Amino acid sequence: MNGRAIRIVYGKELRDSLRDRRTIISMIVVPVLVMPLLMFGGGSLMFKTMTKARQEIPRVMIIGGENSPKALSALHAAKNLQIVPAAEDFTNQIVEKRVRAVVKLPPDFDAAIAGGEKAGVEIYEYAGEIKSGFAAENLDAFFRNLRDATVQERLERRGVPVDVLKPFTIQRQNVAPPAKVTGSLLGGILPYIIIMMCLTGAMYPALDVTAGEKERGTMETILCCPVGRTDLVLGKFLMVFTASVGTVVLSLLSMGATFHVAKRAMAHSLPQEALQTVATIDIGGVAGMFLMLLPVAVMFSALLLMVGLFSKSFREAQSYCGPLILVAVVPTVAAMLPGVELNASLATVPLLNVSLVCKEMISGAWHWNYILLIFGSACLYAAAALAATVWMFHREEVLFRS
Amino acid sequence: MQTVIVHLQTGPIIVIETHQLTKVFRDRKRGEVRAVDGINFRCEPGRIYGLLGANGAGKTTTLRLLATLLKPSSGTVWVAGCDAVREPEKIRTRIGFLSTGTALYGRLTARETVEYFGRLHGVAEDLLQERIREVFSTLAMGEFEDRRCDKLSSGMKQKVSIARTLVHDPPVMIFDEPTVGLDVMTARTIVQFIRDCRQQGKTVIVSTHVMSEAEKLCDRIGIIDRGRLLVDGTLAELRTQYGVTDLEDIFVRVVEGQP
Repeated sequence: MNGRAIRIVYGKELRDSLRDRRTIISMIVVPVLVMPLLMFGGGSLMFKTMTKARQEIPRVMIIGGENSPKALSALHAAKNLQIVPAAEDFTNQIVEKRVRAVVKLPPDFDAAIAGGEKAGVEIYEYAGEIKSGFAAENLDAFFRNLRDATVQERLERRGVPVDVLKPFTIQRQNVAPPAKVTGSLLGGILPYIIIMMCLTGAMYPALDVTAGEKERGTMETILCCPVGRTDLVLGKFLMVFTASVGTVVLSLLSMGATFHVAKRAMAHSLPQEALQTVATIDIGGVAGMFLMLLPVAVMFSALLLMVGLFSKSFREAQSYCGPLILVAVVPTVAAMLPGVELNASLATVPLLNVSLVCKEMISGAWHWNYILLIFGSACLYAAAALAATVWMFHREEVLFRS
Repeated sequence: MQTVIVHLQTGPIIVIETHQLTKVFRDRKRGEVRAVDGINFRCEPGRIYGLLGANGAGKTTTLRLLATLLKPSSGTVWVAGCDAVREPEKIRTRIGFLSTGTALYGRLTARETVEYFGRLHGVAEDLLQERIREVFSTLAMGEFEDRRCDKLSSGMKQKVSIARTLVHDPPVMIFDEPTVGLDVMTARTIVQFIRDCRQQGKTVIVSTHVMSEAEKLCDRIGIIDRGRLLVDGTLAELRTQYGVTDLEDIFVRVVEGQP
């Protein structure tokens, strides 16, 4: 190995790729502009849609309720319900979103309540549809209040104190530190985003310095130089690794900045305590995640170089990258699934292990034995991938595949 | 007139010599393919050797073996006094390889490209700048040396390519179908450049399938077909041997196995 040769190749490849618009887009524009836009823009859009849906007064229909003027007038008086005339095809109307929910009252409902009989109320909704859900919730709340009021009235009539129904109270207390709360929320999604950025940041440069060189014919000229093939491939590898890590760093910085801005913007609208809970990220956790990602970046860079080396053209290489992304996404997404938790056997599954341990670190939990095991195994996978890349670069049937 | 040049970098023995050179590829469909099959030839300094053959005859594979891009399956290659299997990197310091197409990095400038290849060839930094000045002035590249290669005309690109192969002043030059796809003017520049290399006493080998080019340029011609070197000699020798003057007629007779 010749350090000078590696430096020369690295320097040239870095300069070359930094002048490439496609690298700039994948390495700088996407992490700095698109990611925060996607995360927080998408988040706030969802928040706004939800708020709007909640503020909207839902159209509901009352079926039945004959001889029950008291209940009907109370329903009509409810401010969060807009009553529309009853119709036979009410289920259809819910499906077609003309009404959001329907309540079916039994005949003589008023009399049943007054007489202390049992009466059943049915609420119809379209499960999974937000606005229908909100309408059903409003109806549900209306009838719960009516029931409570009825119970209270009956007890008072019999001279029993209302407290008899509540022999004790229940209150839930949070012991998780603020960072842990945010971490648990972000912990699932953040490693996924960052691992994907690590992959996409390396993708274009890796294919350009391998399949791209073959296509342009420069591979042949570069191999004619008196530089060891190991030095050549290591120079190229270091550039791809730099692009991958650079993309990760820029993504983290841009997310951090967006988070900071969002926190300041929320400072006016949220109480201080809530702000503490939702908007604190454990910097140590993020740093830990970054270190964990270094072997992953090595592995991705090496794998992508292999894909590029094997391909005859850039286009062919790109077509192999689709399946490769899928292979990377599956274990990373698996880590986000509820209930998938770190254990000894998962600690050796590539990508899944890193995603899981990052989730833990971001939420402030440091399981040192797992961290060491996972870092070790990730380094092992990275070393194997890099060794395979170097080996491949020495194979003439790969370099001159035609 | 023949000028004798003693090259400082390698000493006087600047030849290419092959002995029973063979390269076998394993192809999934065709099985074992003998792309180069027991070839023997020798190129001398101050001479241009032309490797003449149809597409797929084994020209590029032979040149890639000389340039140590491929390892021979059997047989030996000596380039500038070095064995291709044992000392490939030494050989690479002593050859300039110009292949079909300009093969440049579009996003580097002409100067950056030549500097990159000079550094990879281990040319010391102060010597490198001197060499670049020299090569750029010979090829009249001053006006576009700081322009990116993808913004250059094909003639300019060809000059950058030439400068890249010359920057380490190699005593052996290998040209793989150098004029394929070039316009007349650019092709003439290349042909002139090859002649200049001979003039400077370099050992030159050119592969081509263009008869007129071989006829004009080469001092010695080897005709290759299906990996075998069928005949080898000066143009005059070949004419006498086959009793025809036109190289194309000679080529057809050789390939079709007529005496």
